[in-house]
Amino acid sequence: MDSVLRAENISKSFGPIEVLSGISLDLRPGEVHAVIGENGAGKSTLMRILSGHLPPTKGRLHLNGHPITFSDPVDAEAHGIVLVHQEILLAPDLTVAQNLFLGREIKRFGFVDDKAMRERAHSILQELGTNIDPDREVRHLSIADRQLVQIARALLVPHKVVAFDEPTAVLTPIEAESLFEIIRKLRAQGVAVLYISHRLNEVKAVADRVTVLRDGRHVATRDIEGLEPLEMARLMVGRDMSKLYPEKPATASEQTVLTVRDMAVPGFVENASLTLHRGEILGFGGLIGAGRTELFEALVGLRPGHGAITLDGGQVHFRDAREAMAAGIVYLSEDRKGKGLLLQQNLRINLSLAALDKFTRGSFIDIAAEETALDGAIKDFDIRTRSRDLLAGQLSGGNQQKLLLAKMMLLEPRIVIIDEPTRGVDIGTKEQIYRFIASLAAEGKAVVVISSEMQELIGLCHRVVVMRNGRVAGEVAQSDLSEDAIVYLATGVHEERAAEIAAGHA
Amino acid sequence: MTETVLPTRAEKRKFKMDMRALSPFIALIVLIIAGALINPDFLTASNLLNVVTRSAFIAIIAVGATFVIASGGLDLSVGSMAALTAGVMILTLNSQGSADMGTLALGMLAAIALSAACGLANGLIVTFGRIEPFIVTLGTMGIFRSLVIWLAAGGTITIRNLELRELYRPVYFGSVFGIPVPIIAFLAVASIGALILYRTSFGRHVVALGSNEDVARYSGVPIWRVRTLTYIIQGICVGIAVLVYVPRLGSATPTTGLLWELQAITAVVIGGTALKGGIGRVWGTVVGAVILELVANIMVLSNFVSEFLVGAVQGAIIIIAMLVQRSVHRGR
Repeated sequence: MDSVLRAENISKSFGPIEVLSGISLDLRPGEVHAVIGENGAGKSTLMRILSGHLPPTKGRLHLNGHPITFSDPVDAEAHGIVLVHQEILLAPDLTVAQNLFLGREIKRFGFVDDKAMRERAHSILQELGTNIDPDREVRHLSIADRQLVQIARALLVPHKVVAFDEPTAVLTPIEAESLFEIIRKLRAQGVAVLYISHRLNEVKAVADRVTVLRDGRHVATRDIEGLEPLEMARLMVGRDMSKLYPEKPATASEQTVLTVRDMAVPGFVENASLTLHRGEILGFGGLIGAGRTELFEALVGLRPGHGAITLDGGQVHFRDAREAMAAGIVYLSEDRKGKGLLLQQNLRINLSLAALDKFTRGSFIDIAAEETALDGAIKDFDIRTRSRDLLAGQLSGGNQQKLLLAKMMLLEPRIVIIDEPTRGVDIGTKEQIYRFIASLAAEGKAVVVISSEMQELIGLCHRVVVMRNGRVAGEVAQSDLSEDAIVYLATGVHEERAAEIAAGHA
Repeated sequence: MTETVLPTRAEKRKFKMDMRALSPFIALIVLIIAGALINPDFLTASNLLNVVTRSAFIAIIAVGATFVIASGGLDLSVGSMAALTAGVMILTLNSQGSADMGTLALGMLAAIALSAACGLANGLIVTFGRIEPFIVTLGTMGIFRSLVIWLAAGGTITIRNLELRELYRPVYFGSVFGIPVPIIAFLAVASIGALILYRTSFGRHVVALGSNEDVARYSGVPIWRVRTLTYIIQGICVGIAVLVYVPRLGSATPTTGLLWELQAITAVVIGGTALKGGIGRVWGTVVGAVILELVANIMVLSNFVSEFLVGAVQGAIIIIAMLVQRSVHRGR
């Protein structure tokens, strides 16, 4: 079949660094073509070239068999190529309809025609199978709904190629399933879908063909038939990935370090209780919005909440993160870019920020000691950076997570709470992070892992507490750990359907 | 994009980073050359010392503003605060009979205490009231200004004791080893400011807070304390500037310190400090304050532009400085 969009020997260099070399790729109408690769493999760069955000250094693009150059994303859109961004790029104070038509308002006699836009918005949202009210302000929508609005916005343009950049990163399994329905619908309409992800189960579920990139090079393009996620991982990483999760450390004890009784966070959590043991990895599962993040943020004093917290047998209450850190509890936010790292500052300043007191001699910061600590962190955590002077925002997602881990470990905590430890992290780095988490427990620390990836909870944790609608729905012991058990507690649905949904793409 | 370390790339970036920090210094050199070409009297020691001396008040205040702005805040009240502080200082001096060092010390202490208290008030309202600093300091700007008008009953507050005036005179007009005292004061303030901002954990916290308040909070930075302290530092800097300013004219009027806040903010921005916070450059600020005064001086010495347009030129400078910052930032 003829391709709608074809890339031929595309290379891209930034200064002396070649991030893509000689990539060829063709997109056919009515197919879902997945591009997979580790972070830094060049997926996003390729996507940006195909959608007109970046010009290639070498090579060329063909549209319907004719060579073409896009001057900018608007030009690419005019040719029917639209990109659904990974980040939510919507104006929170405008309504859904206003956002959908932002910059391309429907006008009547020179004035915006709200009625027409509302109707059009309503119909496209219906087509996507959602009942979002076009008059609702975006700020009141859930992340999943915002993503749908973003997709709707992209699809308003007449389109031949739709590119999705990691669309499920912020979605729960059920929300992701409805996204896949949308993608299948697009495919049925003869649209070529480019799908970038590193969630391999998802790729297996939705894609027709897969192109694998590694270090900016093309590794393989295969039909999805007979290509299993494990093989995809091997192609991506270049080595066998069957052992993603480390042995669970045998240090889980009955010795309680932390108990929480009847914790309440107004608007998010009610009556949550938990017990944490020395040397164990305790998982926290549930759908996004179940209150897991809020519970632990309240626990460490980052948001108001009340409940009885007992640490080593003594009653404690933390008013801010500083007090929790002093007591040996650290919380690593799921929002690395917004709450974890100073993206505009260099690695050294980020590394020492939480533990600055340790680097202060007299009144002054010992910068040489900071540099030594940075050397140690780069080595111990395998932070891959082309230069020590980079800003934290210039690191890939996986390396940012390693830097955040290194930063918090400088505090020498006894209790480590990690929220979504591998979100936006490639599979090679995931393995490293899992090994690191296991080693923390093996050292006798107590670790809490909050995760929306069920495989991760099952593969990594000793036991898993599941939350639903702000309450603790139950606990799954190590011997009973299964996706079915977690999904049941997370959704309250015990039917075959829930298991199917979960098995499809967890 | 990850993987190997490539030294060439790193060096290139470093050079660009330096460009941002260096641009105010380059601008200063260009101005000096331009001034020398326009009028031979420009490049004399007495003229240059005069320019730097005149820039001292703004420079000292702007060092404080560097802290506030680098932490993501803003203080519009500094001009009014300076007027109020000057007025109260002179009233304190006048309330004492004798013209001795004790009186002078008491007046100075009152000035610093008052300005620090004004800064504390700004800081507490911003942190605990959770109100935009723009609004808070717009409010206190009005309050401080009208308090000084009220104290002066619409007129002028003057040091009445002439002996005391003579005793105080050298703080502005005197010099040590040929260097005017105001210049020494402003170099001292800038040195201490640079040391605090670059080498203490407080300074690091200021920058972290300005970069991203959430990250700072999640990293255990004591946010309310750091933010309040930046306003107190601003207040103390205003106090020090007043100490140097009062002996110059020996009086405070309702127009004292008018538009100083704009000049201070301009100096900070010319100096390369990011107005949205996260980057603070004390020495850049100092150079920025000198540049402002230098431009005024060149305009007076040359006949191209009327000196009545000094404000317009200074206003244009802040806009140009922002454009330069933006282009350097994009080039990265």
